[in-house]
Amino acid sequence: MTEHIDVSDPRLTEIIIKSKWMRRRAMQMVHSKKLGHIGGDLSATDIVATLFFGVMSYKPSDPLWPGRDRFVMSKGHATGVLYTALCSAGFFTEDWLETYMMPGSKLNGHPNRNYLPGVEANTGPLGHGFPIAVGMAVASQMSGSQYRTFVLTGDGEQQEGSNWEAAMTAGHRGLSSLTLIIDRNRLQQGAPTEDTVGLDPLDDKYRAFGWEVIEVDGHNHAQLLEALGTPHGSGKPRCVIANTVKGRGVSFMENKAKWHHGVPNNEEFHRAMEELGQ
Amino acid sequence: MNAIEKQAIRFDCRKAWAKTLEALAAEDERIVAVVNDSVGSSNLGGFRDAFSDRLINVGIAEQNMVGVGAGLANGGKIPFVSAASCFLSARALEQIKADIAYSEYNVKLVGQSSGVAYGELGATHHSIEDFAWLRALEPLTVIAPADPWETEMAVRWAAEHDGPVYLRLSRMGVPDLGADANGEYRFAPGEARLMRKGSDVTILAAGTMVHLALEAAELLSATAISARVFSVHTLNPLDESAVTAAATETQAIVTCEEALVRGGFGGAVAELTSANTPVPVERVGFKGFQTTGPVDWLFAENAMTPTGIAEAAHRAIARKAA
Repeated sequence: MTEHIDVSDPRLTEIIIKSKWMRRRAMQMVHSKKLGHIGGDLSATDIVATLFFGVMSYKPSDPLWPGRDRFVMSKGHATGVLYTALCSAGFFTEDWLETYMMPGSKLNGHPNRNYLPGVEANTGPLGHGFPIAVGMAVASQMSGSQYRTFVLTGDGEQQEGSNWEAAMTAGHRGLSSLTLIIDRNRLQQGAPTEDTVGLDPLDDKYRAFGWEVIEVDGHNHAQLLEALGTPHGSGKPRCVIANTVKGRGVSFMENKAKWHHGVPNNEEFHRAMEELGQ
Repeated sequence: MNAIEKQAIRFDCRKAWAKTLEALAAEDERIVAVVNDSVGSSNLGGFRDAFSDRLINVGIAEQNMVGVGAGLANGGKIPFVSAASCFLSARALEQIKADIAYSEYNVKLVGQSSGVAYGELGATHHSIEDFAWLRALEPLTVIAPADPWETEMAVRWAAEHDGPVYLRLSRMGVPDLGADANGEYRFAPGEARLMRKGSDVTILAAGTMVHLALEAAELLSATAISARVFSVHTLNPLDESAVTAAATETQAIVTCEEALVRGGFGGAVAELTSANTPVPVERVGFKGFQTTGPVDWLFAENAMTPTGIAEAAHRAIARKAA
């Protein structure tokens, strides 16, 4: 993967380096433990890396610092990307990643805030993170706090009705500190979203619910930085539809539903690591 | 007013809940209320008028309501999430499990008009399964107050306690059971409130059934049976020492609840006694979905009356080991 780096913004250089590391590390975790959701990890990597290394304020030494920006990983199965981001951000050391999904590990198959610093909500069942993020944004609004709240959902996850309850509340209350990012890779567990229960037009749906909508290439860090890093001027919550590729960065995984929770064999792993670069 | 006249007055515990919440909110600005268009049924009109910016009405959206509660707790608030218990406990059960109990968020879930308070509206609006569902969630403290005093104490404790709580309130009128008669007892979750001493049988009652259990003890005393009565306001954690002492000392137990006995309070007591101190346990409560009807009629149909409880006590005593 090559990307033109805008040298005018040093954050981009770091985000790109971190993205590459996260993809490689997640691939190693999934391969070594023979567990995980690598397809969704790879589609969400650039989004999560941009948030952690270009946008959000947080203090790894004080994970519950009240002024921290909140990130809720509503697609809680994508732990490969979440855990590598938290590790790289300094919430815990790299040896913790070696315990990924092992018996009794703090690095559950789905995140647990009580075990792992930096995790804000125990997600996993889909459609839970968005309402929680709305509550965080309401608390911020009520207290006059400055923190922002980001929630990442899968696109298939948008089929859960609880998201639309949350979308209504956020739109109604004008939660301008809330940003929803939809990882729009167009594949759910077994099939394309549009063949299962169509989501399009997602942009019109969110606009109708009172949201500001921005559509970006979910693998273009500059576009992500622009969409996620700029404050909302509209007095509305912001929905960023990030068009992504499931399995991004590994040619034989890209756009293949089987890599939702497929595990690479040794040969596939070596090919994947080669493609993900050094 | 004498004791009998006082017993005849019935109180809607929702008033004690609302009054206490308003008093606490005046002292602590972290306290907020979250509702699903249930301001009236939660008796929160006064709260809304006094703290309009601290009442979050998410509309008719229970899953969202509970998730928003978790997010508010994350943001440093102390949210009281209040809704009819049938919708709160059932519609949002996965959110209660994952977002509140498993996440151990400091959220207070308040189930209003629980049990069969909405008698005529039918089983969709009855909340008799909530004891079984919610006592299964170990970090969640489950409290069903019996009278206005227990209600006030429970709301105060919940506000101070750092952890998830389910308060199960009723709008059914109950007498003031007399906090002044408590002696040394101070309200504490997990510590049952002794209402009457006795030695032949123990009646363990929860919530709206406590005053009926006391009437049953009066009936039993007329037949020379001495019945111990507890208000077991906390199902989770259960007062294991009170239950075990009851089993050891009186050798027979009756449980009373405005809920499904299968998996509910009676189930909890049966689990504990069968493991530690096996004695006869007669469970008074609902056995399944209920038909439509007024509350008193539904209670009578299910022998949830002083006479029905006394008969259950007789059955338990008859089953004692020789």
